[in-house]
Amino acid sequence: MNDRLQTLADSLEHRFGNALSNCVVARGEVTITLDAAHLLETCTALRDEDGFKFEMLVDLAGVDYQAYGVTEWNADEATAEGFSRGVQESTSGRFRFADAPVVGTHTGLRFAVVYHLLSITRNQRLRVKIFCEDDDLPLLDSVVGIWSSANWYEREAFDLFGIIFKGHPDLRRILTDYGFIGHPFRKDFPLVGHVEMRYDPEQGRVIYQPVTIEPRVLVPKTIRHDHRYIDDTVESEASDA
Amino acid sequence: MPEIRNYTLNFGPQHPAAHGVLRMVLEMDGEVIQRADPHIGLLHRGTEKLAESKPYSQSIGYMDRLDYVSMMCNEHGYVLAIEKLLGIEAPVRAQYIRVMFDEITRILNHLLWLGAHAIDIGAMTVFLYAFREREDLMDCYEAVSGARLHATYYRPGGVHRDLPDTMPQYETSRWRGQKDVDRLNEIRQGSMLDFLEDFSRRFPGCVDQYETLLTDNRIWKQRTVSIGVVTPERAMQLGFSGPMLRGSGVEWDLRKKQPYEVYDRMDFDIPVGVTGDSYDRYLVRIEEMRQSNEIIKQCIKWLRDNPGPVMLDNHKVTPPKREEMKADMESLIHHFKLFTEGYCLPEGEAYAGIEHPKGEFGTYIISDGANKPYRLKIRAPGFAHLSAMNEMACGHMLADVVAIIGTQDIVFGDVDR
Repeated sequence: MNDRLQTLADSLEHRFGNALSNCVVARGEVTITLDAAHLLETCTALRDEDGFKFEMLVDLAGVDYQAYGVTEWNADEATAEGFSRGVQESTSGRFRFADAPVVGTHTGLRFAVVYHLLSITRNQRLRVKIFCEDDDLPLLDSVVGIWSSANWYEREAFDLFGIIFKGHPDLRRILTDYGFIGHPFRKDFPLVGHVEMRYDPEQGRVIYQPVTIEPRVLVPKTIRHDHRYIDDTVESEASDA
Repeated sequence: MPEIRNYTLNFGPQHPAAHGVLRMVLEMDGEVIQRADPHIGLLHRGTEKLAESKPYSQSIGYMDRLDYVSMMCNEHGYVLAIEKLLGIEAPVRAQYIRVMFDEITRILNHLLWLGAHAIDIGAMTVFLYAFREREDLMDCYEAVSGARLHATYYRPGGVHRDLPDTMPQYETSRWRGQKDVDRLNEIRQGSMLDFLEDFSRRFPGCVDQYETLLTDNRIWKQRTVSIGVVTPERAMQLGFSGPMLRGSGVEWDLRKKQPYEVYDRMDFDIPVGVTGDSYDRYLVRIEEMRQSNEIIKQCIKWLRDNPGPVMLDNHKVTPPKREEMKADMESLIHHFKLFTEGYCLPEGEAYAGIEHPKGEFGTYIISDGANKPYRLKIRAPGFAHLSAMNEMACGHMLADVVAIIGTQDIVFGDVDR
């Protein structure tokens, strides 16, 4: 199994050399990172060429890396007063609209689109990741012409993340309400949202108003580096040295 | 004579054949569809965003509520992705239990699909027959998890608990006398496996009954044969999976091609359609129910002979037993940490796809090393199928739209997420 993946990774590197900025084989999956400029030609080749034959786009996911590595509880360092309380209001579950948005430690581009490809003829999978070059106006070429299933997936990524796909035939919102404002899966969009809807008996109709509920996260997000999560192999290598 | 022009028709969201909350804007020329534009999202609950603010194990219950007629399969996809990132594998017995309940779920899903599809097209009786058998299978859900629909039974590292020795019993009420209750409880006297074995003996006969009602039925054939034809090439282009893809003649089943858990030890066949119309997809699903029943039988046999643990003994991920906690300090700490903070997944990403009753259900997790997912993306099979609605419905009559919604096996819990 691993040999097959390695062969696929090698042939990808051999074929697309310059267009790839990264090629990883991990957990039985091959992931390549592509430059946005080469998206269309690479995808066409991935679909049509004999060694790849990825005739199906299984999934397309937008990702916002802005808050990558941001935690709500620093459990690594303690001061004279002990550990922090885990109440830092930093992630999207915890702040309200108009509060300061989260800024992560992630350096590099903010938005990425992840394509999951499947080849039925060759029974293999591939993950393609592409970062959008402009954080303020994330823009990528649309792959609808290559895989028809991309149509709704790209609409979804546009709706939830505000990623714009150039050449998409019908780039409308798909999952959110008619007249919705904002892109809800971005990390600077609060979990409680901006507006809520209720029936107003005085006006005799349904109205929108700013949210009144308090954001509440019960379990703080934390990244642990203690002995529980140290990889056995790393540990043995360290002791060897 | 006045000129007849194209007009627009609003179908749903409050239409009994819209399977929940599908709103479709149909552009019609007389009674012929020119363009179908489904508007979805009326059941969007933001499951993926919600999961980002919760520890991993607290989102298992959300998975049940995605495709709410095949609950345990959704959990399975999610749990597999977590296990892949953690690098752990459930004990063999737990894997057999998962496979067995996946197949129970497949039958549950196909029964509901069959009943709903038939009633949409005008056959009333099948619905009642299908729900008769669903009742028995939901009793199995209840026996094993305490809930008839939203089970939350699969956990990373195994399943919540072993199969029970008793089945829930009916009690007398204002509507049911002692005699009725005794008759209903007769097959519920043994363990869950006894009950299920009895069911698997009865079930092929039940499928024969559904087939008697539909397979050679003239009206059923008039409504389904050559309706919504999809060629294999288009099916792959459109991202179809599961019975929708197999109905078009593509031999593709993740249980065979990319086996997970113990599917490689199971003996079963993949039914494949020929013409890719609604009738072929009906035949494929009917045969899948028979095959699922065979897999259940094989699992029952193995589970009877091989007792063992159903949960990993790795207490960094799975909670310790209740009795141990009472006396052992270590277990108490593990329990406390697991249920307050949860466990951290190593930094990285993983995709786990399973053969869900409707198609490929994929879970893609990006972890930044925290106790909550950084990004969870759910690949719902129904989403890709519904996006092909325009292509499948164009040129058909208005009444066929209902047949196409039925044959796609649309459930809005998983389309909208």
